[in-house]
Amino acid sequence: MSDMGANRLQFRDPARAAAMAEMLEHLVQEIGRDPVSVMHVCGSHEQAIARFGLRAIFPRKLEVIMGPGCPVCVTDMPEVDEAVALAEAGVRIATYGDMLRVPGTARSLADAQAAGAKIDVVYSVAQAAQLAAKLDEELVFFASGFETTAVATAALLLSGPPANFSILSAHKYIPPVMEIVAEMPQTRVEGFLAAGHAATITGYAIFERFVERHGIPVVVAGFEPLDILAGLAKLLELIRDRRAEVANMYPRCVRREGNRRAQEVLWKVFRAVGGRWRGIAHVPNGNLRLRDEWSRFDARRRFKIDVSRLWDYAPPSLAQSCICGNIMAGIASPSACSLFGKECVPDNPVGACMVSSEGTCRIWHQYGGQLDLRQS
Amino acid sequence: MSSSRIGPDAKVMLKHGAGGRAMRELIQQVFVGDAKAPADGGIGLAAMDDGAALRVGDEWLVMTTDSYVVKPPFFPGGDIGRLAVSGTVNDLSMMGATEIAALTCAVIIEEGFPRADLERIKASISAACAEAGTAIVTGDTKVMGRGEIDGIVLNTAGVAFTRRVVPDCGLQLGDQIIVTGTIGDHGLAVMARRYSLELEGELFSDVAPLNGLIRRALEAGGDGVVAMKDPTRGGLASALHEMAEKSRVGIVLEASRIPVSPSVQATGELLGIDPMHAANEGKAVLGVRPDAAASVLAALRSHPLGRQAEIVGNCVAQRPGFVILDTGFGLRLLTEPEGELLPRIC
Amino acid sequence: MCLGVPGKVVSIDGMLATVDFFGIRRNVRLDIVDEPVEPGDYVMNHVGFAICRIPPAEVEETIALYEQLLAAVSKEDLLAADIRSEIVATGEKKNE
Repeated sequence: MSDMGANRLQFRDPARAAAMAEMLEHLVQEIGRDPVSVMHVCGSHEQAIARFGLRAIFPRKLEVIMGPGCPVCVTDMPEVDEAVALAEAGVRIATYGDMLRVPGTARSLADAQAAGAKIDVVYSVAQAAQLAAKLDEELVFFASGFETTAVATAALLLSGPPANFSILSAHKYIPPVMEIVAEMPQTRVEGFLAAGHAATITGYAIFERFVERHGIPVVVAGFEPLDILAGLAKLLELIRDRRAEVANMYPRCVRREGNRRAQEVLWKVFRAVGGRWRGIAHVPNGNLRLRDEWSRFDARRRFKIDVSRLWDYAPPSLAQSCICGNIMAGIASPSACSLFGKECVPDNPVGACMVSSEGTCRIWHQYGGQLDLRQS
Repeated sequence: MSSSRIGPDAKVMLKHGAGGRAMRELIQQVFVGDAKAPADGGIGLAAMDDGAALRVGDEWLVMTTDSYVVKPPFFPGGDIGRLAVSGTVNDLSMMGATEIAALTCAVIIEEGFPRADLERIKASISAACAEAGTAIVTGDTKVMGRGEIDGIVLNTAGVAFTRRVVPDCGLQLGDQIIVTGTIGDHGLAVMARRYSLELEGELFSDVAPLNGLIRRALEAGGDGVVAMKDPTRGGLASALHEMAEKSRVGIVLEASRIPVSPSVQATGELLGIDPMHAANEGKAVLGVRPDAAASVLAALRSHPLGRQAEIVGNCVAQRPGFVILDTGFGLRLLTEPEGELLPRIC
Repeated sequence: MCLGVPGKVVSIDGMLATVDFFGIRRNVRLDIVDEPVEPGDYVMNHVGFAICRIPPAEVEETIALYEQLLAAVSKEDLLAADIRSEIVATGEKKNE
């Protein structure tokens, strides 16, 4: 019986990784274009690429762009404002760690906490519900994350949370934003690496219409180094052969129809509505909100959330000058942004690309550009 | 290069205490300013080293002070009392002073704090002092009203004499970087408890006084030990960044050589936290001349607190001030953590 | 977007599984897994919920999949190597 611990190491085998990197080089040469641009739409993919130093072994002519796949970064300011407004009104908020320092129009939850608001950082929505059960006061869970995380929130609601518990949903749904990027006129993206854990829930059948419509391939990939390299290799193979197909390189977790039970749970509780994502304007069906049947657990119905008080402190509207959308789509670089390094800095991020620890603008700012650490 | 904006409404934030860049900037701007170095080549405030060194006759008087605010005050593997002694003993040791002359201990206690907890903490302090071969010789006690302070705050100061001071800025090209054991233990153990993450397993703080261990390393390596730092807040990453910046060298680390315990590794994976960003309170980082590295390593490994010591990297000329990690796949920059460590889902 | 960590189920109590993450253990909820899970099974954990069961055979199959991918390309490389050596033999400059 194989030990998954040891198997993880198989997926982290440097020798195979080096062979795959050579394969990528080979494929890029065959394709012949410079650069060949592909996009991934998953913050965890970028974290894994950064953590394992994979950019140092990608071929020079391969551009792997970090698309709008970090739910933290794309959570728009008004959504953060709602959580901050509640917190400053004295309501206790539970949140995932990722969202604590993301700024709204004026402040982040961390700022509110510094001023005395009650904020609990949790690892799981289940932990937040357990906490609520022990409290006499209301607890609002600031529900961030993509569909993979939304299913957990939905499951929790279906299991009967305490009456003093409610959800402020900022959940997002990823497939619509791939459409938007694919349709941007100046886009150079020739293929997408799809997020393995989101696809675990949704399945990969949902990408079949996408590849038909846009004529570019989509490969579902996991998060170990070999998963990412193999996923890219498959994607380049499909690009080389001009095959606009969907390929699943994460069969350990992903099936064509996905996790039906999780999908049922998700859509029983949530519905997809259009909304703004930070830096990328309107995404039809990109936001997940609680269905009317669940209004009794919806913080937006339970509380009158007054965000206008926050706007007394709002700086001049910098959001209009933010070009994160173009940076995420791979059309512009941070140096082209008028706010970069001035009004928009890691301590005071305006746009999504500066919020994420792996965001393009953040890396540029901290290290003076993307350091070229390639060995050859 | 500083990104902080200091206006009249600027406030001190939690990140300013987290051990990374923001904290160094605050200290530099508010406290250090244009402080001058002490006479006779001593080490003072401007050096922002682990302690200060003042010439007394033909020896150095080394002093340090630290305040301890850890939450929760009792955690797997130790408590705030053990931490208060170890932290100060270790700061002195990092300067090369391993014979501790004496410690002070001041406590500020919140009204309502259980007497039994206070006695537990005192017992830990005594035990840690015995391990370090020193004692608390003077102190102070204050009580503040309920809510005016959170639980308990300790401050310890320590003094020691040494013939040779080891700064944290002495690295040169070719020097080897040694860590005395597994990293990230304290930070992740405390975090797991603090956020009630309900993790079961062997996740303990490594809090311990290191003067005995360091004494052995210095006896073996002598002048070959050229820089030392203990990776507390901000973890190994922050300690190395500081050393690289102050010495104006680049540091290349080999990920496969960095010792990490399985429970810390697993916890880091689960919470999305890099063990190199998490604090240690019972480990040290040493910069050692190449010809002394083997004997220093052997000396460390001969001591119970140094059994898992490893040479993990070396100093290079490229990219001074940066720390590069060879992951085994490729090279990447080792970043410093920004502010308090938080579990992440993304 | 989704930090997922695989672990091995040690024991189950209703909808709650104790999962071993190879160094640390934590409870994981089974509400949304779409197949029965038993002690000894592997699951993928995200925010304290199992999002799928990982069939152990899949791990071997995935490694095999990656080997296939590598083999396909090295076959092409061998072909290219043949052509290269022909070129060298006829005295032309070697293609890098």
